[in-house]
Amino acid sequence: MSESENQNGNQNEEVGQEVIEQLDKFDELPDAPPKRKLKLSWIGKISTAIVVFWVVIAAIGPFIAPFHEMDMDGDDSFLDAHSNEYGTFYLGTDYLGRDTFSRIIWGARMTIGISLASTILAYLIGITLGIAAAVKGGWVDMGISRVNDAILALPSIMLGLIAIAAFGSSIPILVIIAGIIYASSVFRIARALGLDIMVQDYVEAAKVRGEGLWWIIKSEVLPNAAMPLATDFGLRLVFVVLFISSLSFLGLGVQPPQADWGSMVRENLAGLTYNSWAAVWPAFAIATFTIAINLIVDDISAKSGGSLAKKMV
Amino acid sequence: MSDQQLEKLVEVKDLRISAYNDEKEEIQIVKGVTFDIYKGQVVALIGESGSGKTTISLASLSYTKPGLEFTGGEVLLNGEDVLTAPPDRQREIRGANVAYLAQSAAATFNPAITIGEQVTESAVLHGILTQEEATKRATELYHALELPNPDRIGIRYPHQVSGGQLQRLMAAMALCGKPDLMVLDEPTTALDVTTQIEVLKAFKKVIREENSAAIYVTHDLAVVAQIADHIVVLYGGEIMEQGSADQIINNPTHAYTRRLMDAVRPKPVAGLGTAVGEEHDREVPAVSVDNMTAGYGGIVNGEPAITILRDVSVDVKNAHVVGVIGESGCGKSTLARVMAGILPQARGTVKLEDQELEGSLNDRKLEELQKIQFVFQMADTALNPKQTISQILGRPLEFYHGLKGKEKHAKVTEILQMVELPPEFASRYPMELSGGQKQRINMARSLAANPEVLLCDEVTSALDSIVGANVIKLLTALRDKTGVSFVFISHDLSTVASFADEIVVLYAGRVVEQGPTDEVLEPPFHPYTRLLISSVPELRIGWLEDTMQKREMAVGIAKGVEITAVGCPFYNRCPMGIEGTCDQQSPPIRELEGGHQISCHLTIEDLKDAEKHTQQILHGYEKLEDASLKPHG
Repeated sequence: MSESENQNGNQNEEVGQEVIEQLDKFDELPDAPPKRKLKLSWIGKISTAIVVFWVVIAAIGPFIAPFHEMDMDGDDSFLDAHSNEYGTFYLGTDYLGRDTFSRIIWGARMTIGISLASTILAYLIGITLGIAAAVKGGWVDMGISRVNDAILALPSIMLGLIAIAAFGSSIPILVIIAGIIYASSVFRIARALGLDIMVQDYVEAAKVRGEGLWWIIKSEVLPNAAMPLATDFGLRLVFVVLFISSLSFLGLGVQPPQADWGSMVRENLAGLTYNSWAAVWPAFAIATFTIAINLIVDDISAKSGGSLAKKMV
Repeated sequence: MSDQQLEKLVEVKDLRISAYNDEKEEIQIVKGVTFDIYKGQVVALIGESGSGKTTISLASLSYTKPGLEFTGGEVLLNGEDVLTAPPDRQREIRGANVAYLAQSAAATFNPAITIGEQVTESAVLHGILTQEEATKRATELYHALELPNPDRIGIRYPHQVSGGQLQRLMAAMALCGKPDLMVLDEPTTALDVTTQIEVLKAFKKVIREENSAAIYVTHDLAVVAQIADHIVVLYGGEIMEQGSADQIINNPTHAYTRRLMDAVRPKPVAGLGTAVGEEHDREVPAVSVDNMTAGYGGIVNGEPAITILRDVSVDVKNAHVVGVIGESGCGKSTLARVMAGILPQARGTVKLEDQELEGSLNDRKLEELQKIQFVFQMADTALNPKQTISQILGRPLEFYHGLKGKEKHAKVTEILQMVELPPEFASRYPMELSGGQKQRINMARSLAANPEVLLCDEVTSALDSIVGANVIKLLTALRDKTGVSFVFISHDLSTVASFADEIVVLYAGRVVEQGPTDEVLEPPFHPYTRLLISSVPELRIGWLEDTMQKREMAVGIAKGVEITAVGCPFYNRCPMGIEGTCDQQSPPIRELEGGHQISCHLTIEDLKDAEKHTQQILHGYEKLEDASLKPHG
């Protein structure tokens, strides 16, 4: 620096010195921004409460239900709320004179349990194949993707009907069928996320470092795919609940006398003509559970700037 | 600017803009800013990122980014307060009275609609012009902006024109509706120097001809010096200093302004860099690339489908910094990617200390991978957002050197200190660091491998000038301390000149000149090197006009890059090209003292005495100009 410039500098030393000091200080150590916490809106909070409520019911249902799901202790079928010597029927009785209230509590375990098992299965299959397709590319990707397209091309209910016609209906078969059918949509999301992440610079950095494929998947791809996939898990669960309920409604899902929300709606449809609410209550249970999950997913997506919501579509 | 009209167009009075955090606490972003814009005047808002310059410029459109709020003051446009105007009126103002030019033209244009439609859309929508009038005016603007084929460019699609042309077309889009005020947000920041100069020239001309006022937002004082009449220096949402361009540039009074001026990149001249000590000297170069051709697509007979680099030979000596320079698309990054084994070469060899390396990194040994480390350009995407700094830095230590537990932790702390960051950072996530700090972590990860060669791909390009300068300082210190060789890729000649020991100038995938920094930056130059050097803006009012006087500039920036397999790639932009020779044969490599090489058909004497050729150039240029004016076919 020349001398004249230096003089100029000294002359103006006073002006703005505090700004420069501030700048220098910032260079050294800025404070870490506060960790962002996920805050749900009041709708989100209510929805969470509803979901937690149903999950708790599913877990402890048989211990708190006033009747067993198969007890035909009511005075008659399609009665309104009443009491007799066996106990109180809070929501009335169904077409066989069973307690609707108890059957909904028992049914929660069946409906939520099967759906959860199917969704987890769908995720295991979908993520494994999706990430494999994204990472390997080429023929592996081509092969899996085309088979997946074929599954996606068929309506899921039709596919379910055919599979049940072939293998018969039992709970393990239901779980496996729903798991495979819904794995196809999980596959698409996992593959898209995987492709997205695989071209990120940090993955390329790992490749340049000489990292193995498994390490890249485990340490770079999965942690970054986890959050969007977790959000999608909620939505997928809803679809599976509806799918299982639809199958049950058609009489192909959970078989009587076991209680399940979908089959309860079908069994009691005839009661609607007698002014009975027996078909409405299980439908209401399905609605509250699925809508609440949907709202939670929406809330989380909105909070994360909509970026998740975009990936879901 | 002009004396006849000193009418106030915009008055910004005590403007305050705030954001609110999760706890509903007010955070002031703009803290009482006052300035005026007169008709026909260009006002520059200058400051680092986070100084509120874009926020203030958007206030003239009565717009804030989501989450921000106007909390005080007023913005008067022709005496009307735009902040309190009803929404309908605000919509009229936007586009009709005030036009906004975003930083990235490529992101602004819709790729599915022709340029002409997009340029005229706003003027027609606001009912200022009919479609015919608007199209006519757009064509006039294309002429004024010196776009090629001005009568026909309107029917093209955005991907059919170059980046610099798009940037100018965006100015046409803004000016089409004859706005009172244009807001230009860093319009040249993302451009190469040669493109920047062409865009600046066009902007300046059209602003003068249209006599419109403008707010020019940038962090680059050298650019501001060329275009602004009035300069407002901002820091942290407050005005540090404002005054005429002449006063701010030549006589700044505020310490912060001087700090900004210090960060302006100096003119690339010989003698800026520091020479390396002898202690790291070795016989064999750390990495050498010999006669290498590389590109994308299938390889047939050593020729890839799309050739990016052709017959490139570069030696990286131990503990030396080799700067690779060239415009975007010239193959700079590809060179580093071939060295790192990300892209296997089609022909030629890559050697690490006399050991020939396999083309693909999958076939290279772990030890070889460890010795060549790649630093990615964007620290934002190069660091896994889900890993803490200690995980990011710890992985190479564990992977290459098998360090675990306490040993690893101690080494992470040591590496953090090496890049001048506090050890507390180890537990943070990349999101919790500033841009410059992330870039330091990005480099630290590569250093953790204890490499021989560090390939740095544009590591300072995404950073503010002050932050970037600090990173360069750090790199210089690291080289002296560790004896690591650097391949430093940049499109910014000044940065390279201040840091590199040797410079490789790439043009259209070929080395046109290479040698020690001081030799390359002194005559004789390759004609392209000269074009590059004279395109770097100087912090001096009137520099742009002076530079445009030079004929070689006019030839060089009027034309785009053409990638050719035959002849000299620079021929179509070269003011000294020899017809029949330069366009037919590949240029010979001319050796000068000190390992300085120039690849040119002209002899060293010719290049040394470049002035002699100016006459020749003139004839050549006229011919070129004629040809370029005629539409094809």
